[in-house]
Amino acid sequence: MLAKRIIPCLDIKDGRTVKGVNFVNLRDAGDPVELGSAYSEQGADELVFLDITATHEKRKTMSELARSIARHLNIPFTIGGGITSTLDADAMLAAGADKVSINSAAVRNPALIDELALNFGSQFVVLAVDARQMDGEWIVHLNGGRIPTELRLFDWVKEAENRGAGEILFTSMDHDGTKAGFALEATARISEMLSIPVIASGGAGNMEHFKDVFTTGKADAGLAASIFHFHEVDIPDLKGYLKSEGIVVR
Amino acid sequence: MIAVIDYNAGNIQSVLFALERLGANAVLTSDPSVIRGAEKVIFPGVGEASTTMQHLRDRQLDEVIRQLTQPTLGICVGMQLLCAYSEENDTPCLGVIPQKVQRFVPQNGEKVPHMGWNTLQNCQDVLFMPDLEGEYVYYVHSYFVENGPFSTAVTEYAQPFSAGLQKDNFYATQFHVEKSGKVGERILRNFLNL
Repeated sequence: MLAKRIIPCLDIKDGRTVKGVNFVNLRDAGDPVELGSAYSEQGADELVFLDITATHEKRKTMSELARSIARHLNIPFTIGGGITSTLDADAMLAAGADKVSINSAAVRNPALIDELALNFGSQFVVLAVDARQMDGEWIVHLNGGRIPTELRLFDWVKEAENRGAGEILFTSMDHDGTKAGFALEATARISEMLSIPVIASGGAGNMEHFKDVFTTGKADAGLAASIFHFHEVDIPDLKGYLKSEGIVVR
Repeated sequence: MIAVIDYNAGNIQSVLFALERLGANAVLTSDPSVIRGAEKVIFPGVGEASTTMQHLRDRQLDEVIRQLTQPTLGICVGMQLLCAYSEENDTPCLGVIPQKVQRFVPQNGEKVPHMGWNTLQNCQDVLFMPDLEGEYVYYVHSYFVENGPFSTAVTEYAQPFSAGLQKDNFYATQFHVEKSGKVGERILRNFLNL
């Protein structure tokens, strides 16, 4: 059976892990490659690296990062956080990235999804979308949830699928950071509407939240950052728990 | 020396890195004489069948691959192109393994592509021995090869399909052996040790 995926997300700035991560036995807890390897050893199914560096040299630093991750990790990873063109994406593929995630750049220029899917295949293109509810309507936001757009979440993810996105990474800004659980209804609606996999993000606070997002939320994968980084939930425990709840995990 | 066939098909760098991690001496090449002279050949692939077949023909690599006699490993679309025909844009393939490549038809609301970790069953081939039964490997694909006489392992998604194929010196995995964690490394090492 196809397993539900657990995906830790690492924020990277200038080639270093940003959010405080506290692993025992790591020589350098700020080294994305060493951290990624530690998560891989623990049973993470994939990794997402979000580069939040803001420099003119961005493509070069991201591509160097992708290269060193690909060299050392034997599980799939996605890199995102500044890919705005086919050239950017091509540099990531050449460096060994398995997938790229695009977010605001795709909202500003939806044809980017088509271009990337055509050039590199849908499997390479993860459409990340940040949304929150405004007057009962899920609205797509830009720049980490700060700027509302005119786009409705469910219209946008459908359009993204039609344009060739291979996967949706949906973050509920209403749930992100609350540790009160994922946005189950919205995630389930996206998952039912689309035939591509959906990664749920935002709100994970305990192991039960993952069970909920895989059952009620119908997600294909669950992503979280701080609860893994701060050992509030450890991946081996999480997988053991999910197995005991009858959910297929690796 | 291991030749990894270079024909503009996707994540070739990951395959090279995986070989590097295993300490193998690999070169990325589209040079027919280097490929023919290699001890083993790896034929990776990500992409659409007709386009990737065209890339092979443009480099006259289609005939080179058919005539290889050393152990050769097709990965993902590399495996599909070793077959006779793919439903993906009605594409005649290399015909090394007389099998057809078909598109997944969801039986129970399964999503297409089949993306993620799934289990190996009915492991038979040297690549899957000793005993990788029940182990998870990483898949990303929308087309599959039916379980048949050349299948060396089986995975189920919507229906049972070939996780691996083997005919003569040609071996293949539908999953991404280079991205399948320690299990993938064992399978790749088994190939390198042939």
